[in-house]
Amino acid sequence: MENNQKEIYDSSKRGHPAWEELMGLLRYKDLVFQLVRRDMVSRYKRSALGVAWTMLNPLGTMLILTIVFSRVFGRVESYPVFVLTGLIVWNFFSQTTRHCMDSTLWGSGLFKKIYLPRTSFIISSIGTGIVNFLFSLVPLLIIMLFTGTRIQLSAIMLPVILLLLSFFSLGVGLLLSAYSVFFPDIAEMYTIVLMAWMYLSPVIVPEETLAGIMNSLILKINPLHYLIKLFRLVLYEGIFPPMSLLLTATGISFAMFIIGWLVFTKKSDEFAYYV
Amino acid sequence: MSKQKINNLNDNFDIVLENVTVRYQLPDEQVRTFKEYAINFVQGKNKKRSFLALDRINLKIVSGEIFGVIGRNGAGKSTLLKVISRVLIPTKGRVVTRGRVYPMLQVGAGFHHELTGKENVYLNGTLLGHTRSEIEEKYQDIIEFSEIADFINAPVRTYSSGMQARLGFAVAFAWQPEVLILDEVLSVGDVAFQQKCRNRMQEYRKNGTTTVLVSHSPAIIASLCERALWLDKGKIIALGKSDKVTQGYKTKMGV
Repeated sequence: MENNQKEIYDSSKRGHPAWEELMGLLRYKDLVFQLVRRDMVSRYKRSALGVAWTMLNPLGTMLILTIVFSRVFGRVESYPVFVLTGLIVWNFFSQTTRHCMDSTLWGSGLFKKIYLPRTSFIISSIGTGIVNFLFSLVPLLIIMLFTGTRIQLSAIMLPVILLLLSFFSLGVGLLLSAYSVFFPDIAEMYTIVLMAWMYLSPVIVPEETLAGIMNSLILKINPLHYLIKLFRLVLYEGIFPPMSLLLTATGISFAMFIIGWLVFTKKSDEFAYYV
Repeated sequence: MSKQKINNLNDNFDIVLENVTVRYQLPDEQVRTFKEYAINFVQGKNKKRSFLALDRINLKIVSGEIFGVIGRNGAGKSTLLKVISRVLIPTKGRVVTRGRVYPMLQVGAGFHHELTGKENVYLNGTLLGHTRSEIEEKYQDIIEFSEIADFINAPVRTYSSGMQARLGFAVAFAWQPEVLILDEVLSVGDVAFQQKCRNRMQEYRKNGTTTVLVSHSPAIIASLCERALWLDKGKIIALGKSDKVTQGYKTKMGV
């Protein structure tokens, strides 16, 4: 092989870590795909119901919540669809962000031995989340059919909302993972934070009810509330979201992603230093 | 990483280290949880102790040679390998490498036990930076080398440790690396398989692979390498012909 065609690595000529990481990730894109595949296979291979679990899980939760809360929130029209739309968004966010930390921790053993773009594990967690999200739309459609909730044209906004949700979760996942490598107990604290976060978000309880019992500022500063609202508007209410809401959600999601990416790529150079 | 023209790297060298220093920051006590960290932070107790793993190392490794690194535990051998293989960015100094650096994964690192052997070949291959099509191309070769064709569709959790080792090596040895990093990994598997790995290594060497081999054993270094480096406490004690370096090392260690 010609010597001047080989790759040169020069530790003194590295670009910005955020950029280097992006370039590395592009070269390792097949790894991301393999990691998603690994997650899917290992999750479904040894269970009799397989993929059905992804669909039965939100369905079961929805059933319980409907039985418990449909009386309380009797005013809410087709409550099962209302709660399921909230749950799908919430599950995506809580599962992917937790999974980001787990898979980074799994990978941190490898980071000390071989060079890898460290974000590949996090990106793959989001990828797995997207696949699960798509599966969980099946029970939602069935329930919508049962309760007579019509699917409107506004459903074509779904990919955009999934994209925003992915970037927001990715940002949070990156931020959490950057620190959980150094402090594994962050994962445990996060479980408690998630519980509080869920009750402060309009997942089970309608937004109006939440606004009635607590300061509406708490809703306004809760970034997830915008994403849940978007998802509900296009599927449950069947209307196109107002531009202002879409722009707010876009701004929040991408800002979160950029912050997460910058912090993680800066921190990840220290991973191998942590002995 | 850039593909710029070589300007600072002499054409004969694949690895150049200039004044490379690695200083680990060790917390005084092992603070492993955020809770402890926060408590110590409030009390102002998060003092850090630093540990010099490599101290101003200058080193040039010639293209195509087998270069040995010897030293006691904690001498800085592994840190040296990490710096060369991009895992660790040096605290000070500069590392330049030419060609793809290929660190041999420790046995089973990166294997997923629920996946089949075949699925793990793909996972492991991509972990080493290969694309899917590159792996498909080498797949038959990998299976043959590993000698476990009959079990390739069974989950890796059903494999014996020897089988896992063979599959790991088969993946790692499937491609001719430009720079190969070996950290005492050739001592696993049965004798016949070890010989097979050595043969493959020799073949790659003939085709121009540069190898860096780390070992505790002076005998292995002296027999496999032309030149060697003796590290102790992050400093170079001796650098030169491997028989002289290992002789010095043996005398000092009293073996």
